[in-house]
Amino acid sequence: MMSEPRKIPAPQPNVENQRFFDAAAEGKLLIGQCDACGRPHYYPRALCPFCLAESRWVESAGKGAIYSLSTMRRGAGAPYTLAWVTLDEGPAVLTNIATDDHDALKIGQRVRVQFTPTEGGPPVPMFAPE
Amino acid sequence: MSIRNKAYISGAYEHPTRLAPDKSTPQLHAECAAGALADAGLSLKDVDGYFCAGDAPGFGGMSMVDYLGLNVRHVDSTETGGSSYILHVSHAAQAIAAGKCSIALITLAGRPRSEPFGRQLGNAPEAPFEGWVGQSTHNSYGMCAARHMHEYGTTSEQLAWIKVAASHHAQYNPHAMLRDIVKVDDVINSPMISDPLHRLDCCVVSDGGGALLVVSPDVAKSLKRPLVAVRGAGEHVKGPRGGMNLDLTTSAAAISGPAAFAEAGVTPADIQYASIYDSFTITVLIQLEDLGFCEKGDGGRFVADGNLISGTGKLPFNTDGGGLCNNHPTNRGGITKVIEAVRQLRGEAHPAVQVPDCALAVATGIGGALGARHGAATLILERQ
Repeated sequence: MMSEPRKIPAPQPNVENQRFFDAAAEGKLLIGQCDACGRPHYYPRALCPFCLAESRWVESAGKGAIYSLSTMRRGAGAPYTLAWVTLDEGPAVLTNIATDDHDALKIGQRVRVQFTPTEGGPPVPMFAPE
Repeated sequence: MSIRNKAYISGAYEHPTRLAPDKSTPQLHAECAAGALADAGLSLKDVDGYFCAGDAPGFGGMSMVDYLGLNVRHVDSTETGGSSYILHVSHAAQAIAAGKCSIALITLAGRPRSEPFGRQLGNAPEAPFEGWVGQSTHNSYGMCAARHMHEYGTTSEQLAWIKVAASHHAQYNPHAMLRDIVKVDDVINSPMISDPLHRLDCCVVSDGGGALLVVSPDVAKSLKRPLVAVRGAGEHVKGPRGGMNLDLTTSAAAISGPAAFAEAGVTPADIQYASIYDSFTITVLIQLEDLGFCEKGDGGRFVADGNLISGTGKLPFNTDGGGLCNNHPTNRGGITKVIEAVRQLRGEAHPAVQVPDCALAVATGIGGALGARHGAATLILERQ
């Protein structure tokens, strides 16, 4: 059952994460990196969620694998696929898989970040099969 | 300090409505409160503690305390989605054990069928990063089911058995939204909503509500209702924690469940009846594993072949028909889980599904998004 493509609502950045969306507009995916405990994280925060030290925001290579997924078959914008993608750097990202062939997607599949326009806001990091 | 035997559930009421276009949400809360008070044989002026969650209109209990005409010395509006009301019983028991109140009222009500609402992240810290992904409950729980199938070979047919069992129970509940018995094929042939969850893997949407009264031992023993003791409780909140702790096949119930059993001093093998929050079939399967009714990954085999059907299966569950068939008031099923457990322990469930001489029950629930951030609460209840 096809319907109109899903409209992607504009994210509403705040003063903590505006830099993430500024980077997104330049095609860069930022993740959090803590120099105190050494761990990366996503979504990025000003303070590391493992030790509350100040974290750096670093660019991810934007590549990873699908951890799990579910394709919505009903309602506005269906079909579209919600997924957790595990980045090669470690953190998992809740995202959508941009594809015309949702039935071909599977767990473990390699994907790469693909920034997608939103309704009047900055682009957002979806992922597409490599 | 343990809450074991420090508090009793002496009032329980499930609103019979499933569609209430002509009532306000606060009105439904009040009708539920009146129902629970009548059930217990108490009056409004006896209540000295009040518990509500995110479904309560207004400001964290203040509006509802005033609307309901309460005069309380303890208030708690802890919000863990649909599991809140199971957690509230535990928090009420703690407050009673500490002498902060002696008659605690818990209410839930809402009208998602009359006035549909979507999932809103609001000003949550994850909202800028996740508000645009189109996460509903269906695809969030769908990702958990997909991962469970991937890791453990769980099948849609096994998940369907959970719905089949619920339907066998719902046929006896005159208030249930769905009273027809369904078969495994009916579930897997129902329309796909969000892979791999079919329409019949999903709970109903209903207006309605419920209320509970948790009271001190002295109060409980002065009333004419059977004694249903809070014997143990646990709670936990789980999330992806920076994306480094993602595990969609294990829920927060893996912490809340064992904590409740440990406090109660019993094991899953001792449980005669289980109320397991069933927002979706997968929600039940993962909680059964996390509570220790079977090994992680064996949930599919555990629920198959009618093992959850009262009278024939090993673990009778959700004998009111649960959220899958009976009622899921305001998209939050926690309170109905406690209410049916109380009915079973009192011997007041429908005779066709009543567990003989039911003395020990579990009520457990998951609220929020199982595929992202969620809360779990577990209660062990005992008839004395």
